[in-house]
Amino acid sequence: MTARIGVVTFPGSLDDRDTQRAIRLAGAEPVALWHKDKDLHQVDAVVLPGGFSYGDYLRAGAISRFSPVMETVIEQAKAGLPVLGICNGFQILTEAHLLPGGMLGNDHLHFVCREQKLRVENADTAWTADYEAGQEIHIPLKNMDGRYVADAYTLDKLEAEGRVAFRYLDVNPNGSLRDIAGITNEAGNVVGLMPHPEHAVEPLIGTGRTDGLPFFTSILKKLVNA
Amino acid sequence: MSRTPLDTVEHAAETPDVELPWAELGLKKDEYERVVEILGRRPTGAELAMYSVMWSEHCSYKSSKVHLRQFGEKAPQSDALLVGIGENAGVVDVGQGYAVTFKVESHNHPSYVEPYQGAATGVGGIVRDIIAMGARPVAVVDPLRFGAADHPDTKRVLPGVVAGIGGYGNCLGLPNIGGEVVFDACYQGNPLVNAGAIGVMRHEDIHLAKASGAGNKVILYGARTGGDGIGGASILASETFDDAKPSKRPAVQVGDPFQEKLLIECTLEAFKEKLVVGIQDLGAAGLSCATSELASNGSGGMRVTLDDVPLRDSTLSPEEILMSESQERMCAVVEPAKVDRFLEICEKWDVIATVIGEVTDGDRLEIFWHGGKIVDVDPRTVAHDGPVYERPYARPEWQDALQADDANKLPRPATAEELKAQVLKLVASPNQASKKWITSQYDHFVQGNTVLAQPEDSGMIRIDEETGLGVAIATDGNGRYAKLDPYTGAQLALAEAYRNVATTGAKPLAVSDCLNFGSPEDPAVMWQFAEAIRGLADGCLQLGTPVTGGNVSLYNQTGEAAIHPTPVVAVLGVIDDVARRTPVAFQEEGQLLYLLGDTREEFGGSAWSQVVHDHLGGLPPKVDLERERLLGEILISASRDGMIDSAHDLSDGGLIQAVVESALLGGKGARLVVPDGLDAFTLLFSESAGRAVVAVPRSEEVRFNDMCGARGLPVTRIGVVDGDSVDVQGEFALSLAELREAHEATIPALLA
Repeated sequence: MTARIGVVTFPGSLDDRDTQRAIRLAGAEPVALWHKDKDLHQVDAVVLPGGFSYGDYLRAGAISRFSPVMETVIEQAKAGLPVLGICNGFQILTEAHLLPGGMLGNDHLHFVCREQKLRVENADTAWTADYEAGQEIHIPLKNMDGRYVADAYTLDKLEAEGRVAFRYLDVNPNGSLRDIAGITNEAGNVVGLMPHPEHAVEPLIGTGRTDGLPFFTSILKKLVNA
Repeated sequence: MSRTPLDTVEHAAETPDVELPWAELGLKKDEYERVVEILGRRPTGAELAMYSVMWSEHCSYKSSKVHLRQFGEKAPQSDALLVGIGENAGVVDVGQGYAVTFKVESHNHPSYVEPYQGAATGVGGIVRDIIAMGARPVAVVDPLRFGAADHPDTKRVLPGVVAGIGGYGNCLGLPNIGGEVVFDACYQGNPLVNAGAIGVMRHEDIHLAKASGAGNKVILYGARTGGDGIGGASILASETFDDAKPSKRPAVQVGDPFQEKLLIECTLEAFKEKLVVGIQDLGAAGLSCATSELASNGSGGMRVTLDDVPLRDSTLSPEEILMSESQERMCAVVEPAKVDRFLEICEKWDVIATVIGEVTDGDRLEIFWHGGKIVDVDPRTVAHDGPVYERPYARPEWQDALQADDANKLPRPATAEELKAQVLKLVASPNQASKKWITSQYDHFVQGNTVLAQPEDSGMIRIDEETGLGVAIATDGNGRYAKLDPYTGAQLALAEAYRNVATTGAKPLAVSDCLNFGSPEDPAVMWQFAEAIRGLADGCLQLGTPVTGGNVSLYNQTGEAAIHPTPVVAVLGVIDDVARRTPVAFQEEGQLLYLLGDTREEFGGSAWSQVVHDHLGGLPPKVDLERERLLGEILISASRDGMIDSAHDLSDGGLIQAVVESALLGGKGARLVVPDGLDAFTLLFSESAGRAVVAVPRSEEVRFNDMCGARGLPVTRIGVVDGDSVDVQGEFALSLAELREAHEATIPALLA
């Protein structure tokens, strides 16, 4: 058996089809979900993909967070549904308060597209179990508003509870606090990160590495073995 | 304009003596008289608005048409061409049932006036051309030219242009995979912001801009129409800048990439359900262009009610609605039975869609406003029968002196130390330096099909996941070469783009061009233009790559000073399996470096002459297109059969530039030996065309040499991939660290 993983398309989502491909390459079944539809169509997990939903004209993720599909995603995530937010998806997760903190514009004020070195800090989440803790990986990063911020109390709490899932190595590409690239909720079912694992799943494409594939194999194994 | 009472067709007929502001709208006196002659009366204000924008240089190609005909007359036989010049973009068959559409356009003047929006809407416009053919856009490329890198205004224009391209293209989800960034004082005040796009579709999905079938509905969808960009086509694109005139900022359009992204998805969904009979995007000249082109390309006429156009500003006059260049709008012709479904799809994507008219069985384009008929024209006279000028042209008298000022006689480095210093200076010069600071502001990864992106020789996109079928695109142009000899310069641009595509392993198929020149009213500029087109048409015929479309940008000059003639050529190629692509970066130590082609003492227009001597003179490198074709065949065969692991074309900056780039990208050095018959200086800096450097695994050496020998391509072993420096034996060595610092620090230091 395999798992059904939903990918939500918001108006302005860009990496929805790429994420579906990554899910397929990992061996799971991608299911397209529409932002106006509250029904999650019995998927076992949800990915909120990257892009510029609603053009990011207000604040990244601020409008999408109120879309009908998110009502159900928020409700079920609290009940344990695995949810991954990539880039704009991460921004939506913070706007929805499924993850703490928020995102500001990059400190250098430019869009940045680069191959980014990361360290996997937490390999116990639903989406990272196929990595080793401490493993160093390269994942493409591309964003305008990627500077993760939170108050000191929240940051200390995230660190203390091992909820910083990924940290930037070598270069901090956007000025994020404590080099945070991605975080998880307490239960480990909701993960958000700025870099794009769905762009690192095929040897010929993009940077030519497949360091992002374990995100999708992790969740597949978890769901199939559940 | 006289709008009280409403300037209807009847009113115009009754008031022949009313003076209209034809000159302010950019029409010449004889052009206005021709409009009166066509209509048999004075035009209404609305008709004048339409004729003035559609007969502008930008829309009518009135100065260039007589020369552009050569692209048709000299078109090579090609089975690959599915749709040629004249449609929104050309379409090429790439096999396996796939068709690819691509085009390059200019957005030069708007980008100087307002860099961010000018460049952003340039991307938006070219992408709509691609959608209008029925294709999903899959990539963009941006050939850019600016004034001197250290000029203060470059720091105003370039960051804005780059942010605008990124801001728009990134938000659309289109990977930016190629292009160029060139600096030259001649572009000061006239930056060239060219934008190219590629789209992919199945053969059966090709759509054309025509309105057929009486009773079919004309639907305007996308953004509301506002006051931005009014007169953009006629005034902005067709007049020379002059400091004395007031700011033209209001004539530059403002882009909304989010709206365009919705427009893409909604249009593609409508195509998929076969709801669209004909389609046209609204770009330059807005509704004037869309209605007159759709109507004149179809079998019938068209009736449009302008009151139904959704407006951003309710005070707009009908003339302004017709001329507005508000972005992110398209016009579709849909059968009545399918209109509801079409509107449903638009609603799904939150796109405003309105039926504004219908196709009629007459042959007139009629437009109504407040119940009165304000336009009644034969649409062909608006869209196709614009004026055609045989502008006088003459070889400028300074051309001989320029060519006599031979760059081969410039002082050369006398010592190895001097040679080394010049190499370092070259790779750090703004034109030769790494453009990473710029290209890292563009998304290369989105859509998950990018195989190669800049700084590779060509961008490459996979179009079929099962078979690995892919397409490659390269854009090239060299204004310095073209200034020395426009005919040869245009062919060198073609040769370089062709070579760049072949270097990555793809077979060149077709050409699009963006022809950037000064004022056509200057006979010297017109001569450059005529020569460049003749060169390009002859070259495309010889290489078997037809021109599928493109764009002409004239009046790129400030006062008397025209830019260098700058034909930018885009070559599209196909590769059966992207797994066989050849990258620029050195892959493995120990691999043998071979130089393919002949190296001559050719320094006219070279990067060396510019960087070291600030010199432009002599003749550009010789062109041998048969040699280019042979080199291309060898590079493609070698990639297909796994005989080479990396390759880099040689162009501006010569061999040393290419080797340094391959070394820095691969993180592996090279040991070079100057071959017999050449001196180190010529080997490193000559810009002879028809050459490439390849890295051959030792196991393939014999097979590769045999292939080149059998086909008659000169091949010279020049060294080996090795170590952590570029070491020219007996001359000098430069560590990769030192080269990287020189190559990568320049642009951020100037612009960041």
